[in-house]
Amino acid sequence: MLIAIASFSSMGVVFGLVLGLAARLFRVETVGLEAEIMPLMPGTNCGQCGYPGCAGAAAALAKGEAPPSCCPPGGQALALALAEKLGVALDASALGEQVPMIAVVREDICIGCTKCFKSCPTDAVMGAVKQVHAVIREACTGCAKCENVCPTGAIVLDPVPVTLQTWVWPKPVAA
Amino acid sequence: MGEWLMLLLATALVNNVVLVKFLGLCPFMGVSRKVDSALGMGMATTFVLTLASAVTWLLEHFLLAPLDIGYLRILGFILVIAATVQFVEMAVKKNAPDLYKVLGIYLPLITTNCAVLGVALLNVQQQAGFVTSVLYGFGSALGFTMVLVLFAGLRERLVLARVPKTFAGAPIGFITAGLLALAFMGFAGLANH
Repeated sequence: MLIAIASFSSMGVVFGLVLGLAARLFRVETVGLEAEIMPLMPGTNCGQCGYPGCAGAAAALAKGEAPPSCCPPGGQALALALAEKLGVALDASALGEQVPMIAVVREDICIGCTKCFKSCPTDAVMGAVKQVHAVIREACTGCAKCENVCPTGAIVLDPVPVTLQTWVWPKPVAA
Repeated sequence: MGEWLMLLLATALVNNVVLVKFLGLCPFMGVSRKVDSALGMGMATTFVLTLASAVTWLLEHFLLAPLDIGYLRILGFILVIAATVQFVEMAVKKNAPDLYKVLGIYLPLITTNCAVLGVALLNVQQQAGFVTSVLYGFGSALGFTMVLVLFAGLRERLVLARVPKTFAGAPIGFITAGLLALAFMGFAGLANH
């Protein structure tokens, strides 16, 4: 009994050590542009860009196959950051007046079907069956997945409302 | 040499791991919709089975048998196989990215495949030597791959066939698998010569 416990415990410890060391030794460093772009992406893998997730989009961006404005949830801010990182000119007029969007529930027509709740990649929608849902503003990235699945059109994207938490001093106009 | 060849042939055809021993039926039905994925799964299984036969032989003869703790065999085998596969997966990812792209997605799936454990346990039951164990594992995996690819080819054609409504989908798949198993019974006579 003791031998069995001792031998299997030591085996487990040895395998754990070896695998832990191997994970460090064989770590595949993603070097270059792709690795630099990846942290900028929203990371929700919503797929609106048409690539398989944010990693796929980052790879396409690094190869120059996708325009910097390919990410709708990232909006203008991400497009500008990507254009700067990639050193390409950005046609900013396409998303000139685009403002950050956020999901809002129209409470009078929400039927509480939980479809938006299930589709939300960031768990920003709260709710239960036959209960009116609500959106946690801090968690919503405005990816529009919920808007597409809602059967009654009760959840829509609105511009982020100006509140004490979201108001920022306007940037000075460049001279 | 001829003896080893005979062993390979016998394990691949006569004692086919899927159609005669009925091990590893889950990937047999699950990953046999396309020939490409069947081939990938088969190659990954070949790799894991051969490796698992070797490491479980070492475990049996250097730990379980000397310490007389054979009752922990299944647990130990699973532990060793899983750890080895995980280690090899990391090494392959680092050193051979192309190989990883072909086999990588299937490797974690196979770790707990019952065919892998089954062949390792059969090796112990037969009290096979090291070389025989590895050959037995390799032969079984070859048989597994062959049957998987054959079955995938059949299923690809079945998609185009006009199957009666009640048999469409899984039922016709099972019937096909049964007929294939029946055909493999024909190899049983091969062992006597």
